[in-house]
Amino acid sequence: MTTDTATGTDPVPATRSSEVAVALTGGTLGAGRRMRNTAASVLMVLAFLLAATPLVVMGVQVFSQGIDAVTSGSWWTAPIPETGRADLADNEALQDLGFGDTSGGDSSASEVVLGMAPAIVGTLLTVLGASVLAIPLGILGAVYLHEYGKKGRLARLIRFMTDVMTGVPSVVMGVFVYTVWVLPRGVDGKSALAASLALACLMLPIVVRSTEEMLKLVPDNLREASAALGTRTWKTTVKVVLPAALAGITSGSLLAVARAAGETAPVVFVIGFVTTTNLGFLGQNTTLSAQIYSQQQNGGALSTELAWGAALTLVGIVLVLTLVARGISRRFQIG
Amino acid sequence: MSDTTERKMTEDQGPATVSLAPTGRGGADDAATERPVVFDVRDLDVYYGAHHAVRDVHMGIRRNEISAFIGPSGCGKTTVLRCFNRMNDLIEGARVEGDIEYHGVNLYDERVNPVEVRRRIGMVFQKPNPFPKSIYENVAYGPRIGGVKKKSELDDIVERSLQRAALWDEVKDRLKASALGMSGGQQQRLCIARAVAVDPEVILMDEPCSALDPIATGRIEDLMVEIKSEYTIVIVTHNMQQAARVSDATAFFSTEVNPDSDFRTGLLVEFDRTSTIFSNPTDQRTENYITGRFG
Repeated sequence: MTTDTATGTDPVPATRSSEVAVALTGGTLGAGRRMRNTAASVLMVLAFLLAATPLVVMGVQVFSQGIDAVTSGSWWTAPIPETGRADLADNEALQDLGFGDTSGGDSSASEVVLGMAPAIVGTLLTVLGASVLAIPLGILGAVYLHEYGKKGRLARLIRFMTDVMTGVPSVVMGVFVYTVWVLPRGVDGKSALAASLALACLMLPIVVRSTEEMLKLVPDNLREASAALGTRTWKTTVKVVLPAALAGITSGSLLAVARAAGETAPVVFVIGFVTTTNLGFLGQNTTLSAQIYSQQQNGGALSTELAWGAALTLVGIVLVLTLVARGISRRFQIG
Repeated sequence: MSDTTERKMTEDQGPATVSLAPTGRGGADDAATERPVVFDVRDLDVYYGAHHAVRDVHMGIRRNEISAFIGPSGCGKTTVLRCFNRMNDLIEGARVEGDIEYHGVNLYDERVNPVEVRRRIGMVFQKPNPFPKSIYENVAYGPRIGGVKKKSELDDIVERSLQRAALWDEVKDRLKASALGMSGGQQQRLCIARAVAVDPEVILMDEPCSALDPIATGRIEDLMVEIKSEYTIVIVTHNMQQAARVSDATAFFSTEVNPDSDFRTGLLVEFDRTSTIFSNPTDQRTENYITGRFG
C-alpha cells in the first residue's frame, strides 16, 4: 500500500485521495482474501455438521425407538415386566452380579404392561443420595481451598488429589465401593445407598472444582469490604461470598448431578436388580442406566423396547437438569 | 466547596501551624494543637515477600482531624493506610515491622484481635464496593454482624448512617432496591454509610473519589469535613487539590530506588500541617512535587 493518510495537516492531494478510495473499496485486493474467507467458513460449517451428526442421529434414534414405550401410559407407574434369559438360568455367578430373576421365557411386547417406575424411582433415589453426600462436602472443600487454604501446602495437595479423582474411570469407583461396602455385607450390601456412595465419589471432585471456580469469580473487594467492617472470615464467607456465588455453585452442582444420573458402570456393580419399586435406600434397587445395560444384554423384543424407553427417559431427565442449570447460571450472574 | 476551602484555610493559618521535624516524631511536641494523637506510628516498615515496600514511617495522626497522604504512584500511601486497620494481614506475604500505637496499644501486638481492630477502624475503598444486596442490607450488614438483631434498632441505625452519609433523602423510598443500581457517587456514599454504621472511631479512605466525577467528589469532600467532628479520618489521595481542600495535616510520601535491586521503596518525606506542606514545605522534594516539577 502506498497511501499514507497521516502525513501532517496538509490537505490530501487529489491524486492521493483517489488512491485512498481505491485502497479502501478493495478493487483487486479483496479477491484472494475473500476466497480464503469463504473456504474457511465452509470448512467450519462442515466441521460443525460433522460434530453435530452423532448427536442428531442419537437423539432421533432414541426418540423414535423409545417414544412408544414412554408414552404407553403405564411407563411411569408400572413395575418392570419380567423378561428372563434362558442362557442365564443356570449361571449363578451372573445372577449374583445382579442379572436377576432368569426364570420364564421372553414374552412379546404387546402382551405385557410396559413399566419403568422402579428404575425411575431408583435413579432419583441414588442421585438424591449421592447429591446429599457429595454437594455439601464438595462446597465445604472448595470453601476451604479458596477461602482458607489458598496456596498452602495442604490446599495444593487436596487440589491435586481432586484432579486425580476427576480422572479416575467411573468403573473403578464402582469396583471400589463394591469391595469396601458391598462385599463385607454380602448380597444385602447391594442397594441404592451403595450406588449413591459410588456416584458421590464421582461427583465430589466435579463439585469441588466447579465451586472453587465460582468462588474465584467473587471479587476480592467484597471480601475486603466485609473484613473492614470487623467480620470474621467464616462469616464473610457465609454472608457475602457464598450468596454471591450461589447461582454458579447451583448450576455446577446440577451438572454434576446430571453426570451422575447417567453413570452406568459404578451402578451396575453395586445396586442389584429389582422389578418392583423399592423406595428405600437399603435393599436391592435399579436405575435407568442399569436397566438400559441389563435389558440390552438380555436381547429379545421386550427387553430392547424397555432399554430404548429407559434411554429416552434418562436423556429427558438429564436434559431437564442441564437446562435448569443453564437457566440458573444465566439468570443470576455475579454483579 | 469554596466555602469549605476558606474555612479550612483560616483554621489552618492559626497558631496550630507548627512544623514537625521532617522525619516526624509522632507530633508529640505539637503543643499548640490540643487534639490527642490517635495513631502514633514509629519505625514502620512494610514488606511484600522480599520486597521492602515502605520504610521508616513516623507520624502522629490526630483525633477529629483529616490527615491526607499524598505522593506519586507506588510510594506506599495505600500500604501504610492498610496497616492502620491490619488489612495487610489479608494479603499473602505482607509483613509489618515497627509500632502503630492506637490508644497506647500496638496494633501489631500478638494479643490484638484484628477483627476487633477493623470494627473500630473502618475503611472506604478506592472503588465503590457495595455488597450485591439491597441498600438497607448493605448498611445493616455491619451492625448485624456486631449482634444487633432488633428490627427497630437496625432501622434507626440505617437511617442515621444514611443521613450522615448525605444519602438518606435520595434513597429513603427505595431502601429495598439493589445497591448495584445506584450511581458511582451514591455507591461510594453508601460505602461511607456502611462504614459509619458500625460506629467506628476512625475512617480510613483509600482514594475514595478517584472513580467519581467532580460533583460527586465535592459531595464526598463536604461530607468528610462535616463528619470529622465525630471521627478521625485518614485519606489517601492522588489529587493534591483535594488534600489542600479538606485536610488538616498532610503526609508526603516518595520513593527511592533500592540500591540492591530495581525495586522501589516508599518512604515518608514530610508530615506537617497541610498549610505548611502547601505553602512552606521543609523538604525540597515536597516542594518539587506540589509545584508539579516531579511525579
